[in-house]
Amino acid sequence: MGSPNLDVRDVARLARIELTGEEAATFQSQLGRVLEYVEQLKSLDVSGVEPTAHANPVFNVFRADEPKPGLPRELALSNAPHSANNLVVVTKVIE
Amino acid sequence: MADLTALSISELQAGFRKGDFTPVDAVKGLEARIAAADPQIGAYLSRDLESALAAAAKADTSLPLGGVPIGIKDAINVLGEPCTCASKILAGFKSPYDATAISKLRAAGAIPFGRLNMDEFAMGSSTENSAFQKTRNPWDTSRIPGGSSGGSAASVAAREAFATLGSDTGGSIRQPASLCGVVGLKPSYGRVSRYGLVAFASSLDQIGPIARSTRDCALVLNAIAGRDPRDSTSLDLPPEDFTSQLGRDLKGARLGVPREYFVDGMDKRVRERVEAAIKLCEGLGAEIVDVSLPHTEYAVGVYYIIATAEASANLARFDGVRYGHRAKNPRDLLDHYMRTREEGFGSEVKRRIILGTYVLSSGYYDAYYLRAQKVRTLVRRDFTEAFEKVDAIVCPTSPDLAFKIGERVDDPLRMYLADIFTIATNLAGICGISVPCGFVEEGDKRLPVGLQFLGKALDESRLLGIADAFEKAGAGEVLGTDPLA
Repeated sequence: MGSPNLDVRDVARLARIELTGEEAATFQSQLGRVLEYVEQLKSLDVSGVEPTAHANPVFNVFRADEPKPGLPRELALSNAPHSANNLVVVTKVIE
Repeated sequence: MADLTALSISELQAGFRKGDFTPVDAVKGLEARIAAADPQIGAYLSRDLESALAAAAKADTSLPLGGVPIGIKDAINVLGEPCTCASKILAGFKSPYDATAISKLRAAGAIPFGRLNMDEFAMGSSTENSAFQKTRNPWDTSRIPGGSSGGSAASVAAREAFATLGSDTGGSIRQPASLCGVVGLKPSYGRVSRYGLVAFASSLDQIGPIARSTRDCALVLNAIAGRDPRDSTSLDLPPEDFTSQLGRDLKGARLGVPREYFVDGMDKRVRERVEAAIKLCEGLGAEIVDVSLPHTEYAVGVYYIIATAEASANLARFDGVRYGHRAKNPRDLLDHYMRTREEGFGSEVKRRIILGTYVLSSGYYDAYYLRAQKVRTLVRRDFTEAFEKVDAIVCPTSPDLAFKIGERVDDPLRMYLADIFTIATNLAGICGISVPCGFVEEGDKRLPVGLQFLGKALDESRLLGIADAFEKAGAGEVLGTDPLA
């Protein structure tokens, strides 16, 4: 494999995605090939090159600090998988 | 009532204004065509006929897009309609607001009508990654329509829509437009607000039109362009009429042909069509200039690091808490997240989130992500230097014709390499358009080929003028043919 350092199961856990054994094996080999392909970037000399994070260098965009109506509560809750008393009900966080 | 579905936006509006037919007739005409054609094409995930008819009945046809129905990619929010990004994780989701591009369409009098199929979360080049259905190429229904905006392109080609909105992160408007034989425009980064477009890769995503003419694309861009306080990356620019350079000829236009865009692996027949189209431009008075974009071969690698990195962060919001699918009976919070995302996301989305998480992870960030951002600078610089010599670049949109459904699903790298001619545009933030330039015979079918013009950032008016001049001389055969006739 191109990148022996890629452990798909471990990274999937970081990304909070459960994988079946079959999926993990397939992804390991497919992503290995993709990483092998991107190795070509290492052949370029990038010393002194600034990174580009955005196509347009726009900085410090401010808007006026004025209160405005937001999304109404009913609409904001309308897609929640579980809600009650105008709140989203979540999976138990504290033991 | 004559069939209205083959009309251009301008013809449609002329008919409205003369009283030959009404916006309600246009919506009903489309609905009849969709009912007849979509069982074989599969472009639409859903549509709300009643609300479109209600909007049509009230339409003000004096507005720039008054009464014109526009189909919408399923990644762009329309108030009260489903917005699933063709993903199970958003099955049942109904948009609580309009994307800015949609409010602007409405302000211009247009009627959003129908939700168009796509690759899940816009990740793909064939629309095969939709969790819900296949979309088929109207020219040969055993083939893919391209992607990720496959429904947006196939519906326009099949006369199931006059024009549609798509989104383009690495070619997702231009490549399906090319494979379906229609016109697709990716505006420059910052031209159109991304507010309400479900984010894939925020530094690359841009909403744009697909239609059966360059003029119709320009009319839609007129409506959706502009600064939006809700998207800090949208640019504050003087108002511009993007139709202002249509109808000109190509005399004196300097068109650059990048030698790196004519690669060995490409389909020879595509290459021949594109070379003939470039000759045609020359015949129309354009000056053809040899240019070089030396970092082209690195663009796909850069893209699949940057786009997946951004996607891994953007798609963290799909956690089954506030909206979307939630796994049943989780043991604990970790189990809730892990199973929600396992059940909700399809394979390609999982692959890309994992790749993106990896390239951002501690110890690999510098080697992958930071390096990719630096090479992105080099890719951008190539274009800046080329545009010092030429007004626009002309090249193929895709190295291939539409391929068979299922042919590449098990080979993600090969699928990624199909985007080789469109990806650099997004990395550089420039604008690009695909216009049909002829057919290739394949068995008893004819498959369209797309010619791509690239313009410097914010030079859409000139780009559209050049594309329009080419279209009038070289795209008529494809654009004038109903693939289902």
